[in-house]
Amino acid sequence: MLERFNIVGRLSADPDLILTTVDRAVNLARANSLWYLLMGLACCSIELMQTGGPRADIDRFGSLFRATPRQSDLMIVAGTVTLKMAPRLRRLYDQMAEPKYVIAMGSCANCGGPFDLSYSVLRGVDKIIPVDVYLPGCPPRPEALTEALMKVQEKIRNEKYFLKKEA
Amino acid sequence: MDQAKLSEMLRQRLSDAVVSVEDMKNDDTLVVVDKDSLVSVAEFLKNDRDLGFTTLMNHLGVDYRDRMAVIYNLYSARLRKKVTIKAYLDREKPEAPTLEPLFPGVSWYERETYDLFGIRFIGHGNLKRLLLPEDWEGFPLRKDYVYPESYNGIETKRSDLLDAAGAAGDAHV
Repeated sequence: MLERFNIVGRLSADPDLILTTVDRAVNLARANSLWYLLMGLACCSIELMQTGGPRADIDRFGSLFRATPRQSDLMIVAGTVTLKMAPRLRRLYDQMAEPKYVIAMGSCANCGGPFDLSYSVLRGVDKIIPVDVYLPGCPPRPEALTEALMKVQEKIRNEKYFLKKEA
Repeated sequence: MDQAKLSEMLRQRLSDAVVSVEDMKNDDTLVVVDKDSLVSVAEFLKNDRDLGFTTLMNHLGVDYRDRMAVIYNLYSARLRKKVTIKAYLDREKPEAPTLEPLFPGVSWYERETYDLFGIRFIGHGNLKRLLLPEDWEGFPLRKDYVYPESYNGIETKRSDLLDAAGAAGDAHV
């Protein structure tokens, strides 16, 4: 089964022996235990809940919601970020442990969306935190959020985690 | 009591306090008062045994460009009638007495009106911003509000869409 992920090789001489790299093994574990922070800010959070529910069920990917940033690897910014919320969002992001990832879910988190002309809305969450995956839609369907999660997993699998330069 | 009778009665009983009383289309009676008699009129409407306007349904602030106004919508379950109290305010220094002692529920409404219009409610127990951050500058629902270019280092410049809409002729009005 592990061959499917292209992380192991076997020697025909000794089928019990598994060859892999530390990076690949660790990345497999990291990608399949992405716990996400419940960052539901508006109507997108309803779709976020649906995605965690039994039909879309992103538990299948090892992704569970956490109510605290200190136990989260992934922040799904689901909804409109107001300027009043922006410093709090940044603080929650800072409280997450490295390595951390961000999905900007929906038009509001991407660019302000329908509130582009408003005085109180942040035009895109990437103005305050780095974003890994931009997910369009207003709101995106659970299938789309599942796809975004898989994109993050793909990114993690291809990382050279132990070669990462010190920041 | 029908609407005409109610407005006639209000005209007589409040003759020294109100500016005008008129019937409105939606089974509502508009009572325009001077801001200094706002509290006494509301108190009368609430506590009079025949009227009993004990329910405060809504509270609004309005910017008319040359002046401002506060509006209180009252309802009497006894008469099944609505009354709207309206007081015009000076735009340079918009101040109105609070109705908080009469209707404690209006506290947050008046805070919101202060937040968005900058109308100060004299005697209010906790008059600070309700929705916007406390370090926000200006009052966004005023007609002459200038949109900020940044907030605490976050750029908040609006897109060119606004200019396009302004050229079409409605966004700035």
